[in-house]
Amino acid sequence: MLSPYLPILLLFALALAFATFSVVIAPFVGPRRYNKAKLDFYECGIEPTPQPLGPHRFPVKYFLTAMLFIVFDIEIIFLYPYAVANKALGLFGLVEIVLFIVTVFVAYAYVWRRGGLDWD
Amino acid sequence: MSHMLLAEAAKITAPSVSYHALAPILIVLGAALVGVLAEAVLPRSERYAAQLIITLGSLVAALVSVALLHGTSETTVSGALAIDGGGLFIQGSVLALSIVSVLLMAERSVDIVSPIVASAALVVGSPADRQLARSPRIQTEIFPLALFAVAGMLIFPVSNNLLLMFVALEVLSLPLYLMAGLSRRRRLLSQEAALKYFLLGAFASAFFLYGVALLYGYANSVDLPKILAAAQQSTKSDVLLYVGLALLLVGLLFKAGIAPFHSWTPDVYQGSPTPVTAFMASCTKIAAFGAILRVLYVGFNTTAWNWRPVVWAVAIASMAVGAIFGLTQTDLKRILAYSSIAHAGFILVGIVALSKDGLSSVMFYVLTYGFSTLAAFGLLMLVRDADGEATHLAQWSGLARKSPLVATIMTILLMSMAGIPLTAGFIGKFFVFRAAYHVAAPLVVMALVFSAIAAFYYLRIVVLMFFAEPPEHGPTIAIPGWSTSVALTLGVLVTVVLGIVPQPILDLAAKAAHLVG
Repeated sequence: MLSPYLPILLLFALALAFATFSVVIAPFVGPRRYNKAKLDFYECGIEPTPQPLGPHRFPVKYFLTAMLFIVFDIEIIFLYPYAVANKALGLFGLVEIVLFIVTVFVAYAYVWRRGGLDWD
Repeated sequence: MSHMLLAEAAKITAPSVSYHALAPILIVLGAALVGVLAEAVLPRSERYAAQLIITLGSLVAALVSVALLHGTSETTVSGALAIDGGGLFIQGSVLALSIVSVLLMAERSVDIVSPIVASAALVVGSPADRQLARSPRIQTEIFPLALFAVAGMLIFPVSNNLLLMFVALEVLSLPLYLMAGLSRRRRLLSQEAALKYFLLGAFASAFFLYGVALLYGYANSVDLPKILAAAQQSTKSDVLLYVGLALLLVGLLFKAGIAPFHSWTPDVYQGSPTPVTAFMASCTKIAAFGAILRVLYVGFNTTAWNWRPVVWAVAIASMAVGAIFGLTQTDLKRILAYSSIAHAGFILVGIVALSKDGLSSVMFYVLTYGFSTLAAFGLLMLVRDADGEATHLAQWSGLARKSPLVATIMTILLMSMAGIPLTAGFIGKFFVFRAAYHVAAPLVVMALVFSAIAAFYYLRIVVLMFFAEPPEHGPTIAIPGWSTSVALTLGVLVTVVLGIVPQPILDLAAKAAHLVG
C-alpha cells in the first residue's frame, strides 16, 4: 500500500540530507571575502536609499509595490484560464469574471486615490 | 494541449445558484466593496458618516434577509453551501452581534476622538507617532474591514464544502489580524497582539488545510456529506479519516479559542482595541462554533464514537484552563479572555450531546454569551485614566461609589457569565448541560464544578466594586456617545430579558435546530 509513496519519501530524505549537508559544509569550505556591497542592504539590485529611520529599517514603499503586484498577478492568473475557456463557460462565466475584475478594480481605485502609487 | 484544455473546460457547467439564499452574504460583501470605494472617493470629513450608514444599513438589511429566509433548507452552488435552520440561526446571531460591535467601533466620545488609531503603520515612539496620539485624526477603514470579516463569518458556518470553509476562514481571519493592531492607546501591545494572532492563525490555517488534504485522500471529495458517506461505506483503512479530522479540528478549535489552542486569546484580547476584542469574543466565536457544529454533526455524524472522547478532553481542558488560570489574572481584559476560554468549554459540552437538543442549546448559549461579553467589553471602554482604559483590577475597586450604574451593569453581566439564575447565562448553561446529561453525565458534573470555580473570579470583581475602598487616584467614568450607549443597552437588555423570558428564543432555536447534509 505504501509503495506509491516510497519515491516521495526518498525525495524528502534526499532533500533533507542535501539541506543539512549544505548548511553544515558551507562555513568550512566557503571563502570569506567581505566587501561593502556584500554588507549593504539588498534593494532589488539598485543603490540602497539612504535610511532616515536608522539601520535595519527599509522604506515601506517596496513592500507596497510587491503587494500591489501580487493583487494584479492573481488577477492575471484567473484571466488566462478564463480566456481559454470563455466559450464553454458562457454567460455565467462572463458575469463571474466581470464581477471578479470589478472587485480587483475597487482595490485598485482605493490604492490609487489614497496615494499608494506615488513613489515619493 | 489547448485542445485538451478546451475539452476539459467544456465539461464545466455553471452551478445553479439560489441567489436569494445567498442574499445575506452578498449584501454584506457588496457593502464592504462599496465601503472601500467610499474610502477612495469621499473627502475625509464625510467618510465617518458614510461608512456608518453603509455598514449599519447593510448589516440590518442582511439580518432582515436572514429572517425572511426562515424555514429554508437547501444546498446550493453545487452543494457547497447549506442554507438551513442551524446555519441561518448562527448567521442571524453573527449579524445581530456584529451590529452591536460596529456601534462600539463607532464610539467617538470617550477617547480624544475614537478608540481606533489613525495610522497603524507608524513606528511606535517615533515623533510622528507621538504627534498622532494627540491629533483628532481618525481612520474609517475599520468599517469595511469589519464587513469583510462578517461576510467570512456568514459563509463559515454554512459551508458544506471544506475548501469553501477554508476560504471563509481566511476571509474572516485576515481583516481580524489587521483590526487587532489598530488600538489607539498602548500601540506596542496592540502590534504585538496583531503579530501573534497572525502568526498563530496562519499556523492553524495550515493545519486546517492539511486536514482537508488528508480527508480528500480518504473520501475523494471535500463535501461533508460525501465524507460521511465514504466513512460509512469505505473499506479503506480509516487512518486518513481520523488524522484528517484531527488536523481539521486544530484549525477550528484555534479560531474558537479552545484549550489547548487558546494561548493566543489573552494576549490578543488584551492588546486589541476593546471594540475589536468585543467583536472577536462574540462574532468570531459564534461563527467558529457554527463551523464546528456543521463539521461534526454533518460530516462526522456516524463516527461520533471516535471523536467524542477527543471533544470531552478538549472541553475539560478548556474549562479547567479558563477557570483556573482566570483566577490568577489581574487585568480585566485578560480575565474576560480566560472567561471566554471557559465558556468555549461549556459550549463544547453541548456539542458532545450530538442531538437536536444539543444543537439548539448550543445556538442559544452562544447568542446569550455573545451579548453579555459584548456589553462587558463595552463597559471597559468607559472606565478610564490618563493612559486610556483602566483595566487593572485594582483600579476597579470601589467603583460602585463613583458610578453605581456602571457597577450594577457590570454585576448583571458578570452574573450572567457565572450562570446565576434570572440571567440569560443561567438559562444557556442549564439547557446545554441538560442536553448533554444523557450521554455525558460525568462531563456535565465536571462542567458544574468548573463553573463554580469560575464564578469565584466573577464574584471577586463584584465584591471589589461594591465593598472595597476606591484607590487614591482612581479612574474616571467617561460619558459614552450615542452608539456605545445603544450597544450597552442592547447587550444588557438581551442578557436580562432572555434570563426572564427565554422561551421565544428557545423555541426559535429548537425550530431552527436542523442541518441539511
